Amino acid sequence: MGGVALLIDNVTVEFGSFRAIDALSLAVDFGEVRAVIGPNGAGKTTLLDVICGIARPKQGCVMFDDATDITRASESAIARAGVRRKFQKPSIFEGLSVRQHIAVGAQGGLRRSLSQEELRNRVEEVLETVGLGDLAQRSASELAHGQKQWLEIGMVLASNPKVLMLDEPVAGLTDEETERTAALVRSLKRSDRAIIVVEHDMDFVERIADRVTVLHEGKTLFEGSMAAARADDRVVDVYLGR
Amino acid sequence: MKPLASDRAFLILLAAVLAVVLLLVISIATPFGLSAYLANVIGQLAAFAVLALSLDLIWGYLGILSLGHGLFFGIGGYVVAMHLLKHSHEVTGKVPDFMQFMGWAEFPFYWTGFGFFPYALLVTAVVTLLISGVFGYVSFRSRVGGVYFAITTQALVYVAMLLMFRNDTGFGGNNGMTGFTVVFGWPIGGSRVVIAMAAVSVLMLGLTLLGCRMLLAGRFGVLMIAARDDEVRLRTLGYETLRLKLVVWCLSALIAALAGMLYVPQVGIINPRLLAPELSLEIAVWVAIGGRGHLVGAVIGAVLVNAVKFWLSVAAPELWPFILSGLIVLVVLVFPNGLVDLAKLKLVRPTGLKHMASGTPELR
Repeated sequence: MGGVALLIDNVTVEFGSFRAIDALSLAVDFGEVRAVIGPNGAGKTTLLDVICGIARPKQGCVMFDDATDITRASESAIARAGVRRKFQKPSIFEGLSVRQHIAVGAQGGLRRSLSQEELRNRVEEVLETVGLGDLAQRSASELAHGQKQWLEIGMVLASNPKVLMLDEPVAGLTDEETERTAALVRSLKRSDRAIIVVEHDMDFVERIADRVTVLHEGKTLFEGSMAAARADDRVVDVYLGR
Repeated sequence: MKPLASDRAFLILLAAVLAVVLLLVISIATPFGLSAYLANVIGQLAAFAVLALSLDLIWGYLGILSLGHGLFFGIGGYVVAMHLLKHSHEVTGKVPDFMQFMGWAEFPFYWTGFGFFPYALLVTAVVTLLISGVFGYVSFRSRVGGVYFAITTQALVYVAMLLMFRNDTGFGGNNGMTGFTVVFGWPIGGSRVVIAMAAVSVLMLGLTLLGCRMLLAGRFGVLMIAARDDEVRLRTLGYETLRLKLVVWCLSALIAALAGMLYVPQVGIINPRLLAPELSLEIAVWVAIGGRGHLVGAVIGAVLVNAVKFWLSVAAPELWPFILSGLIVLVVLVFPNGLVDLAKLKLVRPTGLKHMASGTPELR
């Protein structure tokens, strides 16, 4: 399955007089892992907010899977369409167990989409994938920071999303945990899925990304491979440093 | 939520509730057992406990604080009062005092049918669902939450109180409605009838407890806790949290109305003071003291605080506000999870509370 998973077309987002995203256009294909990088305030998280319906653009539109306009859809409808996101700060439910998290993610809506047995199988599968099988009965509040990150990835992964967005998946992780997360993200790559990663850890980005988009002041500054980004003077100037 | 078989605190409470029902039944059937006075106090406490459960459902498990639950309690109370007056009139021919005061010789047209209890039940459900549904929909749709929602609910109950204080509103105004003489064909003051009403209240408490637990133990309960802990997260997982919140909010309102229907026949009067903001605030205090997010905690909190209040209202009524405020300060500063925290401290270790503490989710 090829084609454009997500098309951001001429999107502008303003908060008061501040323009967080400025007439940005961006296309992400199925089958790729795209990293979005850039200095703080470049509009990376805002971009994800627009895609998942939390922030509303002043102009422009967001198309999903070539045909569906999700610009004005509700957050839950966008999620049900198959666009899911892990937040920057691990967002989990303190009062629920690890297994319950995955089940909530897998059902993915008030109306049940999976039978009891399908649900059980799916939960086991996802727990295995994110490596939390041994902790399934634990309360999420007892998990370490890294485990919370994986739990949230598992939760958004459980519904088999077509677009998977990960906002800073390795922030605050140890080297070993970062390593594991990189392997996890690579393993999630599929021909019918687009993965978008926002991250500041350049080594991590180099390991996982097929292409990178560098944002600066709400606009695309560069798009290409990570190696090319490192060689690009403008990218070095505004973000990577010499 | 842990499986029923291992939830000792809940089982102990449920057993205690059933034991009280049994004791009350014995008191009706034999000359032994509780006095009508004591049974009446127990019955009122049970009604308050049901009210506390209704708030715990929405506050403890969904994180939505209502400071206006007295409104729904009041709706149940007013409708059951209308039923009792109409029924009493049909049996004895007695015209209610407030109607004489208003100069009405006959019941207004909208009182038609109130003598029939199932109709009164239906009216309670419809009015409660209508008010809670519209208010909830408008608030949750506009994503009004937290303190803003709490303040709005407080305003709502205050408005209702002002409305009912007016004599022209037609429900007895300032004096309210009283003078119920007959309930289901029985004289309401008879000691057996008093005890029977208490028994029904305690039984309803048991059923409400069980019903809430069944709701919370399932998928619905999991989603409620998820919405409480991080609503945006749940929404971006594909869940319409508006619908979830609205359903629980309306259910909570219905339970509060049920509590009002149990309470008013037992105290024999309803007036707008039931709609005073103070009562609505106090419900939150009961739940906070007992430990929100715990059904057992809500019941214990309501019973404990009100038992102390009953006792003090005889012994030293002027002390009550100070004690209540002291409890609030204590809960806010030292025990954010109420008695559940106290159980954790191991200062007191009743078997039930100890187990209860281990399963307490940390609330924000």
